Amino acid sequence: MEQDRPSHSDLPNPIYEPPLVQNDWTTSSVSVRAGSDRFGASQKEISDENSRLVYVNDPVKTNEQLDLGRNSIRTGKYTVFSFLPINLYEQFRRVAYVYFLVIAVLNQLPVLAVFGRTVSIIPLALVLTVTAVKDGYEDWRRHRSDKIENNRKVSVLVNGQIETKRWKDIRVGDVIKLGNNETLPCDMVLLSTSDPAGLAYVQTINLDGESNLKTRYARVQENVFSGGAGMIRCEKPNRNIYGFLANFEVDGKRLSLGPSNIILRGCELKNTEHVYGVAVYTGGDTKVMMNSSGAPSKRSRLETHMNREIIFLSLILFSMCALVAILQAVWLKTHYDDLDDILFYHKLKYSDEYTDGEKSYEYYGIGLESVFAFLSSVIVFQVMIPIALYISLELVRVGQAFFMVKDGNMYDEATNSTFQCRALNINEDLGQIKYVFSDKTGTLTENKMEFKCASIAGYDYSNMEDDFQGDYSSVSDDGEVWKPKVAVKTDPKLVKILNAGGDTEQAKYAREFFLALATCNTIVPYIVDTPDPNLKLVDYQGESPDEQALVYAAASYGFMLLKRSAGKVEVDVLGQRHTFNVLGLHEFDSERKRMSVIVQCPDSKIKLYVKGADSSMLDQISNSDVNMIEMTNAHLQDYSSSGLRTLVVGVRELTTIDIDVWRNSYEKASMALLGRGILMQRVAVDTERHLKLLGASGIEDKLQRGVPEAIESLRKAGMKVWVLTGDKQETAISIGYSSRLLTSSMTPIVINCHSSDSCRLNLRNAMETLTTSSSREHALIIDGKSLLHILDRNADLEQDLFDLATSCDVVLCCRVAPLQKAGIVALIKKRTDDMTLAIGDGANDVSMIQMADVGIGISGQEGRQAVMSSDFAMGQFRFLVPLLLVHGHWNYHRISYMILYNFYRNALLVLVLFWYVLYTGFTLITAITDWSTILYSVVYTSVPTIVIGILDKDIGRKTLLKYPQLYGSGQREERYNFKLFFLTMMDTIWQSVAIFYFSYLAYGHSTIDMSSMGDLYIIAIVILANVHLAMDVYRWNWVAHASIWGSTIATVICVIILDSLPDLPGYWAIFHAMGTGMFWLNLVGIVVAGLIPRFIVKTIVEYFWPDDIQIAREYEKFGNSTEIEMTNMLGSDRSRN
Amino acid sequence: MNNASSSGINGVAEGTGPPPPAAAVAAAIKKNSKRPKYSKFTQQELPACKPILTPQWVISVFLLIGVVFIPIGIPSLLASRDVVEIIDRYDYECIPEDMRNDKVGYIQNGNSEKSCTRTLKVPKDMKQPIYIYYELSNFYQNHRRYVKSRNDVQLRGSGGDDGSDTSGCDPESSNDGKPIVPCGLIAWSLFNDTYKFSINTQELAVNKKGISWKSDRDHKFGSNVFPKNFQSGKLIGGAKLNDSIPLSDQEDLIVWMRTAALPTFRKLYGKIEQDLTANQVITVILENNYNTYSFSGKKKLVLSTTSWLGGKNDFLGIAYLTVGGICFFLAILFVIIYLVKPRKLGDPSYLSWNRNQTGQL
Repeated sequence: MEQDRPSHSDLPNPIYEPPLVQNDWTTSSVSVRAGSDRFGASQKEISDENSRLVYVNDPVKTNEQLDLGRNSIRTGKYTVFSFLPINLYEQFRRVAYVYFLVIAVLNQLPVLAVFGRTVSIIPLALVLTVTAVKDGYEDWRRHRSDKIENNRKVSVLVNGQIETKRWKDIRVGDVIKLGNNETLPCDMVLLSTSDPAGLAYVQTINLDGESNLKTRYARVQENVFSGGAGMIRCEKPNRNIYGFLANFEVDGKRLSLGPSNIILRGCELKNTEHVYGVAVYTGGDTKVMMNSSGAPSKRSRLETHMNREIIFLSLILFSMCALVAILQAVWLKTHYDDLDDILFYHKLKYSDEYTDGEKSYEYYGIGLESVFAFLSSVIVFQVMIPIALYISLELVRVGQAFFMVKDGNMYDEATNSTFQCRALNINEDLGQIKYVFSDKTGTLTENKMEFKCASIAGYDYSNMEDDFQGDYSSVSDDGEVWKPKVAVKTDPKLVKILNAGGDTEQAKYAREFFLALATCNTIVPYIVDTPDPNLKLVDYQGESPDEQALVYAAASYGFMLLKRSAGKVEVDVLGQRHTFNVLGLHEFDSERKRMSVIVQCPDSKIKLYVKGADSSMLDQISNSDVNMIEMTNAHLQDYSSSGLRTLVVGVRELTTIDIDVWRNSYEKASMALLGRGILMQRVAVDTERHLKLLGASGIEDKLQRGVPEAIESLRKAGMKVWVLTGDKQETAISIGYSSRLLTSSMTPIVINCHSSDSCRLNLRNAMETLTTSSSREHALIIDGKSLLHILDRNADLEQDLFDLATSCDVVLCCRVAPLQKAGIVALIKKRTDDMTLAIGDGANDVSMIQMADVGIGISGQEGRQAVMSSDFAMGQFRFLVPLLLVHGHWNYHRISYMILYNFYRNALLVLVLFWYVLYTGFTLITAITDWSTILYSVVYTSVPTIVIGILDKDIGRKTLLKYPQLYGSGQREERYNFKLFFLTMMDTIWQSVAIFYFSYLAYGHSTIDMSSMGDLYIIAIVILANVHLAMDVYRWNWVAHASIWGSTIATVICVIILDSLPDLPGYWAIFHAMGTGMFWLNLVGIVVAGLIPRFIVKTIVEYFWPDDIQIAREYEKFGNSTEIEMTNMLGSDRSRN
Repeated sequence: MNNASSSGINGVAEGTGPPPPAAAVAAAIKKNSKRPKYSKFTQQELPACKPILTPQWVISVFLLIGVVFIPIGIPSLLASRDVVEIIDRYDYECIPEDMRNDKVGYIQNGNSEKSCTRTLKVPKDMKQPIYIYYELSNFYQNHRRYVKSRNDVQLRGSGGDDGSDTSGCDPESSNDGKPIVPCGLIAWSLFNDTYKFSINTQELAVNKKGISWKSDRDHKFGSNVFPKNFQSGKLIGGAKLNDSIPLSDQEDLIVWMRTAALPTFRKLYGKIEQDLTANQVITVILENNYNTYSFSGKKKLVLSTTSWLGGKNDFLGIAYLTVGGICFFLAILFVIIYLVKPRKLGDPSYLSWNRNQTGQL
C-alpha cells in the first residue's frame, strides 16, 4: 500500500498553501507529509488526560469508566418542558425586549399604572409569541429530522454476529459494517475493507461539499471476527474535520493513525464493497455535529449608526420625562396649600374609615410624586424608542432576502444554484460597499482548466486545433473500448511525432513528458458505463483541476491512465497497457512547490518524475543543453503573459544506489515520532535534484462569463476592486488585463521587495511616482513576499501601503497566502470606515470572507467552506453587479428610509402625547385610549412601513445598471445621516405641533370631551403618518396602495370598535365627533398644515439641488423624450474629450 | 445555520457518484431546476406609478389647496361671526364684598347666602335654540387622579343591582362601609351652580332635557341604577342627586361625566327655546355654590346661538384662509421660480459625474 495523492490542489498555484484547514485526506505511510500543518496535531503525542480509549469491539469496556454516550443526536434546542424558559431567556437577551419588559412591569405598579394592566403587556406578548411560534416550529422540524436520523438502521457486530441496530444505539467501541453507498452513522476508524490493500473511497459532499472521492485506508487489515483485539487511544472529540490523531495498539504493536484512517459521520461510502470500522466518536461528539454551528453574526453599518440616534432619542425622552416631573413638582408646590380642597385632586380621604379626615389619599409628598411622574412619563412616552423597529427590521430583511433569492438574474444555470442569504442582518450593507476584495481562481475564473500549450525539449506546441480533438481510445483485452471522458484539443504536429515512434530526440522527450504527466499525479481513474456496452468512459477524479487537465491531455495524446491500485498504476502508452510500480510519492507542499513520484518502469528502470512551479524547478535542472533551457524559459514567459498557468516537468533516473539511500532516509523519516513532516520534506528535497528538463505545460484558466463587464461596472460604481491571488505575478497581471481590471491607460506600480527596508524605499518611491505621474489612473501590483514584510507588525509601513493602495484605482496582490488575504482586508478595515466586501470560492478565502464586512461565497468548484462561512452565496462573480448595484442599492435606501420613518412615526405620537400632558396639570394621561396608544406602533402604522421597506424602489433595475455611479449614494451615506435625522425630527416637531395646537385652538372654549379629542388625535396622527409616507413612496403599485390606505382604514375601524364598547369611557365618541363639521375641518386642516413645510422643502430640494437619484428618477420617467438629445450630448462630450 | 447542517447530515446529496448519461442529466436538471419562477411580483416588476414632483404637479397641488381652503375658510369665518355669544364671568362678582378676602371660606360655608343676581344685555338678535353653558377654567377635568376615578360598570349597572363594584373609584368609593353610587371623584364633584333667567320679570323657560348624548343615556348610564349614599360623606364635593331618579335620566351628571379634554371647558346647562332680540336685558338669578376658588378657577355663564360649525371660534376660518392664502402665494412663487430658473427634468447631464466631467474639460 504505497500510492497516494498530494495534499489539495497542488502545483499550479505555486504559493498555494493548503488552506487554513489542511486538506490532506489521504496521507499514507509512504508519502512525505508537508511541513505546513497548521494544526501540527499529528506531530504531537497524545497525553492521557486528553485522550479517549476505545477498545475495539468492546463497547462495554470502553464505556466502563465514563459513559461516552450513544449515537443519538439532538439538534433541537428545546424539549417540551424546557421550551418556555430557554426560549424566553434567549429572546430577552435582546436589550430592546428588556426595555419593553421593564416598562410593562413598571406599569403593573399601582401608582404607575398609566395604561390598563393587560393593555400594556400586549405589544411585548405579541412580539414574544410570534418569535416563540417561529422558533418552536423550526425546532419541531429539527426534532422530526433528528428522529428520522436516529432511527436509521446499520449493521453492527455483536458477539461475532452481524446484527441490525438503530443509529442511536451505536456505542463507542462498536464494530460496524457498512456497504457501498451507505451513509456513515458516526466517526469511525477503518479496521478493514473489501479492498485487499485496505482502501476505501468516501464522498464528503455533506461535510464540505466536495463531490470528488477521497481515499481512506485501513491501517491494518484486521480480522474483525477474531474478537476484541486492540485498543485505540485517540484525541478527545474536537471540531477539526481535517485532523485526527490516534494510536492503535494491536498485537503489541503501536501504530499511529491520522486523518486518512478515519471516516466521518455524514460521508458516504463509494466504490467500495464493504468496510469494517470501530466507532470512536458518536452522536454530538462527531466532527460534523461539532461543526454545525453558524457563521459569526455581523451587524450592519446602518444599525450601528441607528443606535447612535437611538441614544440621542433616549436623551430626548429623558429630558421630556424630567421636564414633566419638574413641572408637576412645581405645580404641586404652588397649589400645595389648596390640594386638600381642589375638587379634581382631593388629596385627603374624608370618607369612611378615616374618620379623622386627615389621611392622605394616594399622595406621597412632592418628591415622590414627581419621581412617580417621571416613571409614568417613561411609560407613556416609551415608544419614543422604536422597539417595533427592531422587529420590523427583521421582517423587512427577510422580505428583502426573499426577493434576492428569487431574483432570476442571480440564478446560475451551470451549478443550478440560486442566490443564498445566509446572514439576515446585513442586507443594507450591500448598498454601501467601497472595497471589493476578490479571489481570482474560481471566482474571476472558472477553475476549469484546459491544457493549451506544451513546450517539449525547447519546442513549442501550441497550435491546438479545434477540429482535431484527441479521440484517443484504449482497447482492453476483452474488446471494450475505453475513452477519456473529456477530449482535449491536440496539436497535430505533436501527435504526429508521438505516433511516428522512432528514436528521435524529440520523440523521446515527448514520450517521457506525457508519461510524467500520466504518472506524476494523484488522480484516480474511474470507469463509467455508457449505454453502449462496449464503450467505457474514463473519468479522472482528483482534487486539483490542474492535474485533471494534465491527465486528460496526456490521455488525449495517447498516454492514458487506466487504473490506480495499491503501489501500481496502469497506463495505456500509445496502445499498449503497461503497469508501473509506484515506489514512492512526495506530496506537494508550499515550500518546495513541486511534487514527485518514483516509479519503476516496465523495463525496470527507476525514474523520478517531478512537476512543479518554474521558480522551484529551474534551480534543480542540470541539463547540459543550455539552449533548451533558455527556449523553455522563453516559452514559459510567453505562456504566463498570455494568462496561462505554467508547470515545469522534469525527470531523473535513479540508480540502485540512489534508491537505497532514498529508502533508508525515507524509512528513518517515517519512523520518527517528532518532526516527521520536516524530515519527509528533507527526503524529498534530497531526491528532487539533478533533474533533466523535459518541458513545460500551459493551462488556461478561463475567465467566468461577464467578469470584465462586472469589474467595469463595479469600478464605475466607485468601488475599488482588489484582486488577491495565489498566482504568480505575470499570470495575475495577464488575468488582470483580460478581466479589464487593468487597462492600458493605467500606470502600473509594481512592488517586489525582500526586506522591510527595501519595502519602505519601494513604497516611498511609488508614492512619489504616483504624485508626479501625469496619468490619471494607477494600478498597484504587489506580491506576497512584500506584503509579508509590510504587514509584519510594522505600523508605519502599513500606513504607507494603505496610503499608496487607497490612492491607486486598482490593486493586484499576487502570491498571497490565505492569512495574508485577511490581513489585507484588515488593513483597510482598520484604517477607514469604508465598507469592505470579500468574495471567494475556496477554503483559502475563508479568513478573508469572515474578516470583511460582507463576505460572499461562490458556490463553485472548490468545495463549500467558503459558502459555509459567507454571508451571501451565489454562483457567479458577475452576480455581484445585480447584487450590489440593484439589490444593495434598494436595500440600503429602503432600510435607511424605514429607520428614519420609524423614528418620525413614533416621535410624532409621543410629542402629541407630550403637548397634551402639558395641559393636564402635568399628569400622565393620554386623551387617546390606552389601546390606541399601545397599538399605534405595533398595529396601526406598522404594515405600510414594512411593505414599503420591502418593496419600494427608488430607481428601476435598468437605470441602476446603466448608471453604476448611482451606487455612490450608499457609499456617501446620503440616505441616513445625522443631518437627515435632525431634519426629520424638526419636521416631526412641526407636525405634532400642527396636530395638537390646531385642534387646541379650534376647540378652545368648547364642550369638546377627552375621548373625542383623543379620537381626533389618533386619526390625525395615523393619517398624517401615512400621507407623509405616501409622499415619499417612489413606486405606487397595488401593494403599496393596499397597505397605506388599508392601514388608515383599519385604524379608523379599530377606533370605531373601541368606541363601541360601553365599558370604556369613550363610548360612541367617534360617532359624535364624526357627525360634526368641526371634526372634518380639523382633520383636513391638520394634515395639510402638517405636511406643507415638508412638501415645500422636498420640492425645492428636488428642483434646485437634485441628487443623482432624483435625476435618474426623472430620467426614468421622462428620459425617452430626451434620449436622442442625450446621446448627442454624450457624443459631443466624447468628441470634445 | 443549524438547519443547513442538519439537512446536510440527513443526506440530501447532490451530484453524487458517477455522472449519469447526458440525456438523463439534462432531464434531471430540468426537473430539479431551482431557477426562480418568473413572476412580476418576485422580480419586483409590478406595474407601478412613479410620481415625480414636476412643476405642473407642484403648482397644481398648491393651487388645489388654495382653491379648496379659501372657499371653506370664508364661510367658516362668517359662520363664527354670525354666532351671538353672551359671556358673563361671575365667580368674583358673586361673592359679597366683605367675603372677598376669604373666598374659599365663603363658598365652603353651608349657611352663607349664595344667591346672586346678574344682568345680561343681548347684543344682537339671537335665534332659538339658545344654548346655555357654564365655562370653568383652570379645572383639570383631565387630571389623571380625576379621570380614572370612575367605574363605568357601576354606572351601567351591568355589575349587579347593588352597585357594589366601586373599583377605581377611590377616594370616593364608599361611605360607612356602603358603596357610593355613582362613585368616584368625577361624580362627587358634580357642578352645582344653578341659573334662573328672566326678562322683565317674565321667566325664561330653560329646557334641560336632551342636553346629554343619547348614546350615554341609552347605554352608558343604567336606567335601573339609582344614586345611593351620594354626597353623604364629610366633604361635599358638589351637587346632590335625587335618589329616585335613575342615572340615565340625570342629564347634568351625564354631561358632567363626559370629562373635558382641556382645562378650560364649557358644559351644556340647558337650552332656551325662544328668540331673543337685541338690547333685551336678561336677569339671571344664580346660586353660586361651586368651589372653584381653591384653585383660582374662573366661572362663566355663556349664552350662545350656534352655527353649522358650532360655537363662536374664528380660528378655523382664519387658519383655513391663511393656509389657502399661503398656498396661492406659493403657487405664484413657484411659477416665477420655474420661469426664472428652469431645469430640464431627467437630463443626464445634471448627473454629478457628468457635471464633474465637463468641469474638468
